[in-house]
Amino acid sequence: MKAPVSWIREYVDLPEAVSTDELAAKLTMLGLKLEALETPADAITGPLVVGRVLSIEKEPQKNGKVINWCTVDVADANGTGEPQGIICGAHNFVEGDLVVVCLPGAVLPGNFEISARKTYGHISAGMICSAAELGLGEGAFNSHDGIIVLPADAGAPGDDAFDVLDMHDSVIEFEINPDRAYALSLRGIAREAATGFDVPFRDPADRDVPAANGDGPPVVVDDAEGCPVFVARSVTGFDASAPTPEWMAQRLAGAGMRPISLAVDITNYVMLELGQPIHGYDRAKLAGAIRVRRATEGEQLTTLDGQLRKLSAEDLLITDDSGPIGIAGTMGGQTTELSESTSDVVIEAAHFDAVSIFRTERRHKLPSEASKRFERGVDPELPAAAADRVVELMVELGGATADDGVTVVGEAPPRRSVTAATDLPARVTGMEISAETTVANLEKVGCDVTVNGDTLAATVPSWRPDMSDPFDLVEEVARIVGYDKVPSVLPPAPSGRGLPLAQKLRRRVGLVLAGAGWTETINYPFVGDVDWANLGLADDDERRRTIRMANPLNAEEPQLATTLLPGLLRSLGLNVGRGNADASLFETGLVFLPKGDEKAPILGVDRRPTDEEWAAIEKAVPHQPQHLALALTGQREREGWWGEGRQGSWADAIGAVRDVAGALGIEIEVRAASVAPWHPGRCAEIRVGETVLGHAGELHPKVCKAYGVPARSAAAEVDLDALLGLAQVTTPSPSFGSYPVAKEDVALVVDASVPSADVAAALHEGAGDLIESVRLFDVFTGEQVGPGKKSLAFALRFRAPDRTLKEGEAGAARDAAVALAGERMGAVQRA
Amino acid sequence: MSGPNTDYDPVEVTPLRADEVEAQVEAALAAVAGAADLEALKQVRLEHAGDRSPLALANREIGALPPQARKEAGARVGKARGMVNKALGERLAVLEAEHEERMLVEETVDVTLPTDRTLSGARHPITMMSERIADVFVAMGWEVAEGPQVEAEWLNFDALNMGADHPARTMQDTFWLEPAEAALVLRTHTSPVQARTMLTREPPIYVVCPGRVYRTDEIDATHSPVFHQVEGLVIDEGITMAHLKGSLDHFATAMFGEGITTRFRPSYFPFTEPSAEVDLICFVCRGIDADSCRTCRGEGWIEWGGCGVVNPRVLTACGVDPEKYTGFAFGMGIDRTMMFRHGVEDMRDIFEGDIRFAQPFGIEI
Ligand SMILES: [Zn+2]
Repeated sequence: MKAPVSWIREYVDLPEAVSTDELAAKLTMLGLKLEALETPADAITGPLVVGRVLSIEKEPQKNGKVINWCTVDVADANGTGEPQGIICGAHNFVEGDLVVVCLPGAVLPGNFEISARKTYGHISAGMICSAAELGLGEGAFNSHDGIIVLPADAGAPGDDAFDVLDMHDSVIEFEINPDRAYALSLRGIAREAATGFDVPFRDPADRDVPAANGDGPPVVVDDAEGCPVFVARSVTGFDASAPTPEWMAQRLAGAGMRPISLAVDITNYVMLELGQPIHGYDRAKLAGAIRVRRATEGEQLTTLDGQLRKLSAEDLLITDDSGPIGIAGTMGGQTTELSESTSDVVIEAAHFDAVSIFRTERRHKLPSEASKRFERGVDPELPAAAADRVVELMVELGGATADDGVTVVGEAPPRRSVTAATDLPARVTGMEISAETTVANLEKVGCDVTVNGDTLAATVPSWRPDMSDPFDLVEEVARIVGYDKVPSVLPPAPSGRGLPLAQKLRRRVGLVLAGAGWTETINYPFVGDVDWANLGLADDDERRRTIRMANPLNAEEPQLATTLLPGLLRSLGLNVGRGNADASLFETGLVFLPKGDEKAPILGVDRRPTDEEWAAIEKAVPHQPQHLALALTGQREREGWWGEGRQGSWADAIGAVRDVAGALGIEIEVRAASVAPWHPGRCAEIRVGETVLGHAGELHPKVCKAYGVPARSAAAEVDLDALLGLAQVTTPSPSFGSYPVAKEDVALVVDASVPSADVAAALHEGAGDLIESVRLFDVFTGEQVGPGKKSLAFALRFRAPDRTLKEGEAGAARDAAVALAGERMGAVQRA
Repeated sequence: MSGPNTDYDPVEVTPLRADEVEAQVEAALAAVAGAADLEALKQVRLEHAGDRSPLALANREIGALPPQARKEAGARVGKARGMVNKALGERLAVLEAEHEERMLVEETVDVTLPTDRTLSGARHPITMMSERIADVFVAMGWEVAEGPQVEAEWLNFDALNMGADHPARTMQDTFWLEPAEAALVLRTHTSPVQARTMLTREPPIYVVCPGRVYRTDEIDATHSPVFHQVEGLVIDEGITMAHLKGSLDHFATAMFGEGITTRFRPSYFPFTEPSAEVDLICFVCRGIDADSCRTCRGEGWIEWGGCGVVNPRVLTACGVDPEKYTGFAFGMGIDRTMMFRHGVEDMRDIFEGDIRFAQPFGIEI
């Protein structure tokens, strides 16, 4: 809501000394937040003066354009008193008009410096200005189609134009919260200013209005719930071609509304002034009585914006004998629109139900200045005064005659009364607020208050439909006392239980990975079918079963991710594209797994849900486990003066998962698997016992290509929640002997398809109690080993806890180990 | 080495002749002194103190002397050999020291060579900022709560006093999930965690909930459809706005340093009443000479978040007795907090995944 300061001051006796900054700051602290403050004069450096056009020579140009070579009298403002020669491209003025001239040396908004310059074969010494060029609202000073032409009595040549144009008048733009709909009017803003500075307020709605009679425009209201009050007045002989007076055009422009025509401008002006949306009808185009009713399904209406709208049975309509002529409180129709030929006007000032308007506005995606106010709540006692104000202005400015008839259908609901303990504001805010202050402040916002012992009853003003609960009264009292007076007191410290275990473990995982050279990223969980194709998922892959957004930002990505890999691989591609060739990324985040037919109940809010209701909510919310994903490309160790680098591979992806599990004290098992998006021969399944926690390995070459990352890039994804659930929280003390170690190396030849982990396990088992560790230190294939075979070299360490091993003991244990490996997987010891 | 091969042609020394012995000693000492390095000294030791050296041979002769002469000759040769050995030992120490010094010089490396063999990793600054915030409250005895991101409409809106026809619903541009009957949304704020906490725990409640939230904003420098919020909730007997102010002041100081506190401005949120916007004293200019400050753009204050006293309607819907308990809640953007605390200018950097963004933040923010 934009409000010119001069307009605010019209209704409140603010001391002259109160600056615009102070006013804006005060209103901000009352809850009308300063959004922007603009003073047109501040954006311009003069000289900016009034000039009279002495001569105009029209000079056609080759491009078909016609420019005007003008001489303009600016008196002594140019230092010489000689007429100023200026080129002007606008055509909405004639010789003798008063215009606004920017002389050389002036700087206009946008740092636009004016100088004398040669153009179109003349020296143009200055500029004749339009409203837009001066940063004034569009359409101010009747400059719709060109420069500003001042009224003949606006001033004399050479006068300072800043004053003539009222450019020192600031416009404050406020952000109005939904509970302060009354401040969507000058009436409301001025009332707050009066409260803030504790000075009298003159209510522009406080006017004597003629009583209802039977002679007004005929109105029937079929739906009193949707339209509790409908006031109709009329005027005759309105001059639709009369110009909007400058003061009104300026205020409308300042408030951000384009002046259009006198009739429309008056209705907008009254809406801004009082907050009551007004609609005007051309009486000649009305057929019979105005009727307010709900639409029937399928009815249609072309609204003022030219859109044909299909109406719903819930829409509240204004109709006449011809059918719908407007959507109530939202937008009028074209058939009864005011036009240049309008002479008799029917004025509607009605009150409409906020919820009804809100739904209609959403249904038709039709926010308007009127609906914005109605949906938040307009003062239901306003219509009569507002209609009377419109009549007054049409008579005064448009030469109309007010008709005697006054139609009033319905009446405003009684004012609401809210009861509260007198000490409630003090108890809730922690400020020292006496019962007297509470009553006084409630009265300031317009309540009638009666006190009975420790309880007060506040009858809230008609313009405050938001005030319904005791705590609403608290806020009103508190904001006037001042939020800056709220003391700062720490609440008593509870004995907390510290950080939840899962969070501690997640931090540990992050630190382990970052320490190992992995960089964390955060990606959007929005995916589409193209991702599933890119990952090479089969049609029946579980990960294709997703939850969909009804209104995705990108129609290509309407699904919620069931795996972190699409986002992470896109990031990997981005890094490669930006020259970060060696990138090891990780991400932790939720994935969204549908349960089936989710249906979350909308419960009541007047009590806590029952156990069954709560269970229904829990059941409807999809499963959302936290996953950990990794992706890498390029080198894991750089090349350098120390020698060669080491290219990252499937082993690093699996290794990182092992590191994470290790940091959590979990022993994982790695088995060969074949799952998309991994290379079918280079994919591992990560297991603990029988539970598969995820996969890791080299990405399928097609997947690398799809995401624009080099071949052999690798990735992993595991269910982090499941992993954290297995974490070993208390590590038992290790036992290790201090007697000498005995080392034995063995090289075993097995079929190439035998997993080395199985061979190691067999060695471990076969070696008996003395074995301390089995470590694979080399893998060898080639001619010496034979086709389809591989040689695995293991280092075995033996130790007894209580003695030094005897000669031959370790050798015997080794032989037993080799024997079991031979038995289990046909391993043969290499000579 | 030039000269006669004395090793194989030993000079005869008669142990009884003092002059011969002395001459040998002198020759030996001169040779020791002249040994330039350890190798030369080894040779000198062989010649003058070795088994076949003149003095060694002379020593061997002593046994063959008449008994009356043995004592004198023995003393003479023994003293001579002692002098030579001592000189050898001293020279050896000197030469070894010289050798070691030279070796250390020769082994000098260029310690300025790069050592960036392994990749440097980093955690995401948003993750670390969330943790830092949680730590501030955990240190005060609060607990950390979490909740799902796909949330029941009732918990995201209705339970928080935002019924279906509440205008505030349209202010939070919501991602709705299909089908409409599912009544599920991507949570638009972390506030449903408040509701969940109240519904599943008994007061007193002191919790902080950092988390990811969603709004249908196209990404640009200051917006993202995915962003992060932290929400605080306290429900206890006798809780007031003053406790809210105290908690936020403490939070502000913990995050931005001594002297950085907050101010409240009246505002509106359906789930709190009274409601306030929270501004932070600009931690760069501290409100002094704010006009030239780029962080607060001349305001002296930075908009930080929203807060208020929990609306009794919310307490009722969440099963907390509003007659017995009051509470407060607050919420702020973690991304925004991180951005102005660290001078990040473009929100896209946070979500794009370029490793160069996270890396300078390392493992602690
Ligand atoms: Zn600042």
